[in-house]
Amino acid sequence: LLFMSIKSPSLLKLITAFSDSQSTGKMTTLTAKDKDRVKTFWAQVSGKSEDIGSEALARMLIVYPQTKTYFAHWKDTSPNSANAKKHGITVMGGVADAVTKIDDLKAGLLSLSELHAFTLRVDPANFKILSHCILVVMANMFPEDFTPQVHVAMDKFLSALALALAEKYR
Amino acid sequence: MVEWTDFERATIADIFSKMEYEVIGPAALSRCLVVYPWTQRYFGNFGNLYNAAAIIGNPMVAKHGTTILHGLDRAVKNMDNIKSEYAELSVLHSEKLHVDPDNFKLLSDCLTIVVSAKLGKEFNGEVQAAFQKFLAVVVTSLGRQYH
Repeated sequence: LLFMSIKSPSLLKLITAFSDSQSTGKMTTLTAKDKDRVKTFWAQVSGKSEDIGSEALARMLIVYPQTKTYFAHWKDTSPNSANAKKHGITVMGGVADAVTKIDDLKAGLLSLSELHAFTLRVDPANFKILSHCILVVMANMFPEDFTPQVHVAMDKFLSALALALAEKYR
Repeated sequence: MVEWTDFERATIADIFSKMEYEVIGPAALSRCLVVYPWTQRYFGNFGNLYNAAAIIGNPMVAKHGTTILHGLDRAVKNMDNIKSEYAELSVLHSEKLHVDPDNFKLLSDCLTIVVSAKLGKEFNGEVQAAFQKFLAVVVTSLGRQYH
């Protein structure tokens, strides 16, 4: 197999991609280019991190009302409530932290994964929902910078983040 | 039948009344082909889709993006009967084009993001909800005739 790889660079690429996808399970292996794009874009927008977080969470509660079920303990589950705003900021803080741990999200998000798995027990389908809302807000607030290339890198990053977050679920 | 509030009807009418089809259509389709590269499987004869720049600059992609976006017009004009409006197109996508219906959602997510970028502040949470509901109904209708 190795001999065949040496003869054919494209075959080697295919084998590497295959084994990468096997080890991570999904299409979430971040290339060096992806990481670079994520870090660069994040540096551009991190000043607005709190706004992005609050806005994304508010939109999630509006567009996907079933997500409000996780916040029944709030007196006020309306999107513009103080609780919602604060929580959006908290979540985005987690995303910001994940950017710094982009080279090993599984290890970096271990305790957060345990929190989500054993205490919060958020159905992982919701990670996808919130990720979508984050992307919509990024496009909304940074239309020039959120190019298709940045979009795919961020989408992959948020998918990898979600996967790391779900690591301890079962 | 799908129930639409006055706000939802007005929102959809408003968005499409000022839609720049030749800008938004190409942007949405090219974004879909970049962000979800497996969707390129349906465009084998579109020439150079080798990288993001090629996709974004590809005139066949642009033309087709505009066509697809105009495909939403019939739903905008007849929001109370979207299912029947798309019966034929659903058969086409299933029997002739053999498009996996999961792809409709991928494209609609890209369209949402492109419209979000275009409309800015105007595209608030309520507007996003209405737009996504509209697209979800179209997507379901397009998948209806698959068997």
